[in-house]
Amino acid sequence: MSAILPPSERLWWKQPIAKIEWFWIAIAFVWAMIMFVMMVYWHINGKQNLSNEVYKTTPEMFAAKTEKFIKENTIRTETDQQIPVVKVPAGGEGYLMARLWNWYPILELEAGKTYKIHLSAMDYQHGFSLQPVNINIQVLPGYEHVVKMTPTKAGTYAIVCNEYCGIGHHTMLGRIYVK
Amino acid sequence: MATYRTCPRTGLQFDLEADKLMRWNAVAGVLWLLVGGITALLVILTRWPAIKLLPADQFYLILTAHGIDMLILWIIFFEMAVLYFASSTLLRCRLATPKVAWVQFWLMVVGGIMTNIAIFQGESSVMFTSYVPMQAAPHFYLGIILFAVGALIGCGVFFGTLVVAKREKTYTGSIPLVTFGAMTAAIIAVFTIASGAAILIPTFLWSIGLIQSIDAQLYRMVWWALGHSSQQINVAAHVSIWYLVAAVAFGAKPLSEKVSRFAFLLYILFLQLASAHHLLSDPGMSAEWKVLNTSYFMYFAVLASMIHGFTVPGAIEAAQRKKGFNNGLFEWLRKAPWGNPVFSGMFISLVGFGFIGGISGVVLGTEQINMLMHNTFYVPGHFHATVVVGTTLAFMSITYLLVPTLFKREMLFPKLCQIQPYLYGLSMIGLSLVMMGAGTLGVSRRHWDMAFSGAPFQYEWPGAAYLMMGMTGILGVIAVVGGGLWIGLVVLSLLFGKKLDGGPVSDKTVPIPDQTVAASASATGSEEHVSVPGTVVLALTLLTCFVLYYFVNWKYLSEVWGLS
Repeated sequence: MSAILPPSERLWWKQPIAKIEWFWIAIAFVWAMIMFVMMVYWHINGKQNLSNEVYKTTPEMFAAKTEKFIKENTIRTETDQQIPVVKVPAGGEGYLMARLWNWYPILELEAGKTYKIHLSAMDYQHGFSLQPVNINIQVLPGYEHVVKMTPTKAGTYAIVCNEYCGIGHHTMLGRIYVK
Repeated sequence: MATYRTCPRTGLQFDLEADKLMRWNAVAGVLWLLVGGITALLVILTRWPAIKLLPADQFYLILTAHGIDMLILWIIFFEMAVLYFASSTLLRCRLATPKVAWVQFWLMVVGGIMTNIAIFQGESSVMFTSYVPMQAAPHFYLGIILFAVGALIGCGVFFGTLVVAKREKTYTGSIPLVTFGAMTAAIIAVFTIASGAAILIPTFLWSIGLIQSIDAQLYRMVWWALGHSSQQINVAAHVSIWYLVAAVAFGAKPLSEKVSRFAFLLYILFLQLASAHHLLSDPGMSAEWKVLNTSYFMYFAVLASMIHGFTVPGAIEAAQRKKGFNNGLFEWLRKAPWGNPVFSGMFISLVGFGFIGGISGVVLGTEQINMLMHNTFYVPGHFHATVVVGTTLAFMSITYLLVPTLFKREMLFPKLCQIQPYLYGLSMIGLSLVMMGAGTLGVSRRHWDMAFSGAPFQYEWPGAAYLMMGMTGILGVIAVVGGGLWIGLVVLSLLFGKKLDGGPVSDKTVPIPDQTVAASASATGSEEHVSVPGTVVLALTLLTCFVLYYFVNWKYLSEVWGLS
């Protein structure tokens, strides 16, 4: 019953290590190193890395930028709520606000073009969950996160909020069109 | 003056004060598990799309209660009992400052009730994580703070007891491995609680208006030093219990003490820093910071778990082979006492934690891959495999040993006791898998309505996602039945089980009687070399699954939109 009683060798650091354990430790260590290298490799050669471009902001500042962006680029409105559909200039910058309880505005992008999408939350924390692509990014108030995105296929995409944000959380559904 | 009793069935010696504290802490844990289990059923029946039991507000309230009552209250109460057992009982000494230990108990009771009152009053549906700027009632935070102070006192009593044992020379040489593991859990707990204080005290002050605002990113970083490290306490505690069960059920010795203990030390050194893997899809941290924290820091802790995942079954295999179960690769495993819930629960815990919880956790904690799963249903899928299959099931299995020895009652309905670990463990493994499946398809965690009723647009999840959520419902209900069965068996046995002899009482500690659970196998000298080919095969199978699943996810990632 040595696991519940003191080891017979008295001091544990004087115990020998079984060969088979060295074998397993070595394998596990090598595997850990491979996993480390993969992350670095993906930063160099992978096409899906989360942007590091982030600015401190305030809800007021970010809302003002978004309003300006909407004013200059709206192409139509949708639904009873007259939600603006905003065409982001090809290769240009778009703004997306997360607030209780919607993603605002609707963005229109083109497949194969790269956009800089600015994300920020106006109140609570929110979660940008692009479906059915399944990309998930945390959106925080006070932080303006500039994410470069390159849509691959045309279609209608949903933005689900996947950070709990109160009673209307499940109604917080946004939209991105890719032409 | 301490008095002791020596259990006639196991030879374990209990300081009567510690005995009582362990029983009260364990019972408090079980009662919280009951509350957590009822809330689990309500959560499951609401997320099951065909049933959708609760309205949104009640769902979020109940989900908050489920997280707090399970992850904090049930587990930490039980861990206090484990700490007292691993110190005073295994070292055969008196418990340091039993009166102070009662302060631990009552602070935790008061704190737990206070936080639950806040939740059930309805103004604190902020989830377990209580991310700012969403605000709960002040007594929500205050209750957790009081509870944490209690837990800190419990750790202090544990350390004090180690000192008592050392000074009163109740053992020679090193402390036993199980005590060593519990010590790592207690050290991690101190770090965890300090981090918790660093974030929850300011948050409490903010909730009563003394601090104006708390930065959302800062909160997440410090909070996860509490939130994840507390899971690391659980891992250290349940791995200790795996070793304990291996020793009790098989007389197993670790393959080598040095490796197993070094692996525990790796937990202390690295896993707290790996809390960073909760922030991989956050805006406020740089890629370098994320890579450093997930690789160097987390992977050394992963290494530690991979080591335990090898040495625990390895120890069992070595012990079984010594007894003559030498045919083929797996006779040692086939001839294991599968009808003994102490062993079966522990082994399901080991396999489920390693294959499901471990692999999914590392994949989830990979910087870029995290974007595929962050905040999806994959996350609770992962941690139900670690915290429930790993920790809770290990605690359940050791309880089958503790009821006769600590509570002096015979377990009722032995046939049901035999079934329970399978029912609970296997359904929970299945549940974790389908939850991860739904998460892989994008389904959100903490979300009341997959149909987005009331939203300005529609989004239709793939049919497979609905299938997975339906299976989550079915398997979840089975798991609740399995957990309820355990609570029922334990509570009924405590109330109506045959009373057992508590053993002779004396005011002196007695030497370990031979041929008992507590008896030392150490007299035989250090573990002679026994080859463990079966364990090597199991470990390599784990590694193969790990490698395949890891690269499959890179493949998934390579197919999504370009991001930079």
